[in-house]
Amino acid sequence: MSAASALSKSASKTVPAPSTPAAESVLPAGQHGIKEHSDGRFGYVPVQTRSDRFKSVNVADFEAVTGREAVWKHSPVAKFTDLTAGGLDGSRYPVESTPSADISVAWVPRTDARIGTAGLPEERAAANAWSVFDDALAITVSGEEAKEITVTRSALGINARGAHTIIEAKPFSQATIILQNTGEARLSENIEIILGESANLTVVSLQEWDDSAVHLANHFASVGRDARLKHVVVSLGGSIVRVNPSVRLAGPGSDTLLLGLYFADAGQHLEQQVYVFHDAPKSRSRVNYKGALQGQDARTVWIGDVLIGNKAAGTDSYEQNRNLVLTEGTRADSIPNLEIETGDIVGAGHASATGRFDDEQLFYLQARGITEEEARRLVVRGFLTEVVQQIGSPELEARLQLAIEAELIGTDDK
Amino acid sequence: MSVLEIKDLHVSVETDQGTKQILRGVDLTINEGEIHAIMGPNGSGKSTLAYTIAGHPKYHVESGSILLDGAEVLKMTVDARARAGLFLAMQYPVEIPGVTVTNFLRTAKTAIEGEAPPIRTWIKDVRQAMTDLRMDKAFAERNVNEGFSGGEKKRNEILQLELLKPKFAVLDETDSGLDVDALKIVSEGVNRAKTNTGLGLLLITHYTRILRYIHPDFVHVFVNGRIAEQGGPELADRLEDEGYDRFLVPSNVG
Ligand SMILES: Nc1ncnc2c1ncn2[C@@H]1O[C@H](COP(=O)(O)OP(=O)(O)OP(=O)(O)O)[C@@H](O)[C@H]1O
Ligand SMILES: [Mg+2]
Repeated sequence: MSAASALSKSASKTVPAPSTPAAESVLPAGQHGIKEHSDGRFGYVPVQTRSDRFKSVNVADFEAVTGREAVWKHSPVAKFTDLTAGGLDGSRYPVESTPSADISVAWVPRTDARIGTAGLPEERAAANAWSVFDDALAITVSGEEAKEITVTRSALGINARGAHTIIEAKPFSQATIILQNTGEARLSENIEIILGESANLTVVSLQEWDDSAVHLANHFASVGRDARLKHVVVSLGGSIVRVNPSVRLAGPGSDTLLLGLYFADAGQHLEQQVYVFHDAPKSRSRVNYKGALQGQDARTVWIGDVLIGNKAAGTDSYEQNRNLVLTEGTRADSIPNLEIETGDIVGAGHASATGRFDDEQLFYLQARGITEEEARRLVVRGFLTEVVQQIGSPELEARLQLAIEAELIGTDDK
Repeated sequence: MSVLEIKDLHVSVETDQGTKQILRGVDLTINEGEIHAIMGPNGSGKSTLAYTIAGHPKYHVESGSILLDGAEVLKMTVDARARAGLFLAMQYPVEIPGVTVTNFLRTAKTAIEGEAPPIRTWIKDVRQAMTDLRMDKAFAERNVNEGFSGGEKKRNEILQLELLKPKFAVLDETDSGLDVDALKIVSEGVNRAKTNTGLGLLLITHYTRILRYIHPDFVHVFVNGRIAEQGGPELADRLEDEGYDRFLVPSNVG
C-alpha cells in the first residue's frame, strides 16, 4: 500500500488515515466480527504539522488540562490531576539493575549536557515531571559486544512523582535495555534515548504495575546516522498506563522498529501515542502495535503519527496497529496519521484493524474438542506472538508468553 | 459397537421475527460403520440438524434427545461432544486469526486424546494426511482457514476428520463448491477415514454427485424439518431424476 503515491509533492499534507477494506481484511475476524474504527476522525485535519507542536520544559507554559486537548482527549484526565496539576516528588527513587560490563547506571545532575537533546515536553504532565526532577537516572552504553541489562523499579510508592531518565548508546555500541516496572506508582516521567552513529540499541519498557498504578511516560529518542533503535512497549499491569514514544530519525540511514504489546482487562486504560519523525534521508521505520482487550471497560488507545519531513528523501515507513477484542464492553481506539512533506519516498503505509474473537470462532475450536479457556488462549497467544518474537531476548520472550497467559486466566477468574 | 440415536428432535432458533421452528421431530439411528446420506432442499433444516448435534448455542432444542452409546449428548458442552467422538465438518468453516493449522491440529488432537500425541509419529501423520489430500505443505503454517479458498477449507475439514478420528462424523455439504478433482480427493479422504476407523457418517448433501464416490447405505429425504422418506441408495437416483418436487407440493392424491 502506498499512501504516498497519490500525494502532491508540495506542501505538507495529512493523509486522513482511511479505514481501507484492505487493511481491515488483514484481520480475518472482521468477517464475522466488527471493526471499531475510532471516533470518526475522517476528515480530521491537524491544527499544525506534528513537528510544530508547542514544546516547553516549563510546566507554567501549559494551560491546565481539560481533557479536550488532542493529546489528552482519549485519556481519563480527571483520574490523574495530581500528575498534571499537582506538585510532584522529583527525588531519587530505589532502582535495581543487573550487572553488565560496558553499561553504567548512575544518577546525574540536571545540568548533564545530554538532557534535552532528544526531545522536549509537548504536554503538561511531561513538563511537570521535567520541572521537578532533582537528578536524572543515566544509563550509558558503550562497547560493541551485544549485552543485556534489566533496570527495575518496584518501590515507587503512591506519592505522585516526576522522573527523568537518559539512555545513551555511544557510537557503534550495542545493547538491550529492559526497563521493568512493578509495584505501586503515580508517575509522570520523561525518558530520553540517544543513539550515536551506528549504535544498535533495544529498549524494552515493561509495565507490570499493580492494579492501582498510574503511569504517564514520554519517551524521546534521537537516532543518529546508520543507527538502529528497536523500541518495545509492553503494557500489562496498571490502572492507567500511557506510554508515548517519539522517535526522531535524525541521521541518514537511521532505522527504527517500534513494537508494542498490550493487554487491557476490565477497567484498565492502556494508551500509546507513537510518533515517528523522519528527519533525514534514507531513514526507515516500522511500527507494529498489537493489543488484546478483555472485560468490562477495558480500554485501549493507539495513535500512530508518522511525519516524513522535507529533508527525508528516500524513506520507507509502515505502521500498523491491530486489536483483538475478546469480550463485550471494551473499547479500542486506533488512529493512524501519516504526514508527508516530500515527494521522494520509497514507501509509506499504514494499517489499522480491530477484530473480534467471536462466538463462531469459539464454536469452531470447541467443536474440535478444545475447551473455551484453551481456545481463547490459543487465539490470543497466536495473535500476540508475532510481536513477542521480535523482541529478540529469549528469556524475556518466554516470560512474556507466560505473563500473557496469566492475563487471560486473571480475567477468567473475575 | 457405537451407535448415535436421534429421537424426536425439535429445534428452534430466535429470529428478529420471533421464535422459528426448524426441526419438527427428527428420528435417525446411525450405527458405527454406516453411511447415511441426508438430502433435501435449501432451508429444509439440514445444517440445523448438523449444528444441533455439534451443540451450536444458537439452536434451541425444544424436545427430543441425541444419544451417543446411550449417553445424552444434549447435556454435553460443545467440546465434550467432540471429545466423546462426534465431529462436524462445517458447511462454512470459520477463519481463526493468529492460529496456525499446525498449532490448531496439535491442540485439538491433544484435547481429544487427553494427552499430547507423540511428536514424531504425529508430524508424520499430519504430513501424510496433507499429502493424501493434495494440500501444499505451506498450509501447515497458515492461519486456520484464513484466505483459504472454498475447496481448501473443505479439505482442511477432512484433514481434521482423518487426524482426529471421531466415532461419528457429520459432513455438512462438504461437496458443495468442489470441482470434480477436488470432490474425488475429498471423497477419498472420507473413505480412507472410514476404512481406518470404521466411523459412522452422516453425509448432508444437495446433490447426488458425491454419492458416486461415497456410497451410502441409507438415504433420507429431508423436507421441512423432518425426514420425509427413507430408503437405500436407489432413493438417491430417484431424487436425481425427479428432484424434491413431489415432497414439496402438498399431496392431494388419494
Ligand atoms: N439464526 C437463524 N436465524 C433465522 N433463521 C435461521 C437461522 N438459522 C437457520 N435459519 C432458518 O432455518 C431454516 C433452515 O436452515 P438450515 O441452514 O438448517 O437449512 P439447510 O437445509 O442447511 O439449507 P442449505 O441447503 O441452504 O444449506 C432456513 O429457513 C433458515 O433461514
Ligand atoms: Mg445447510
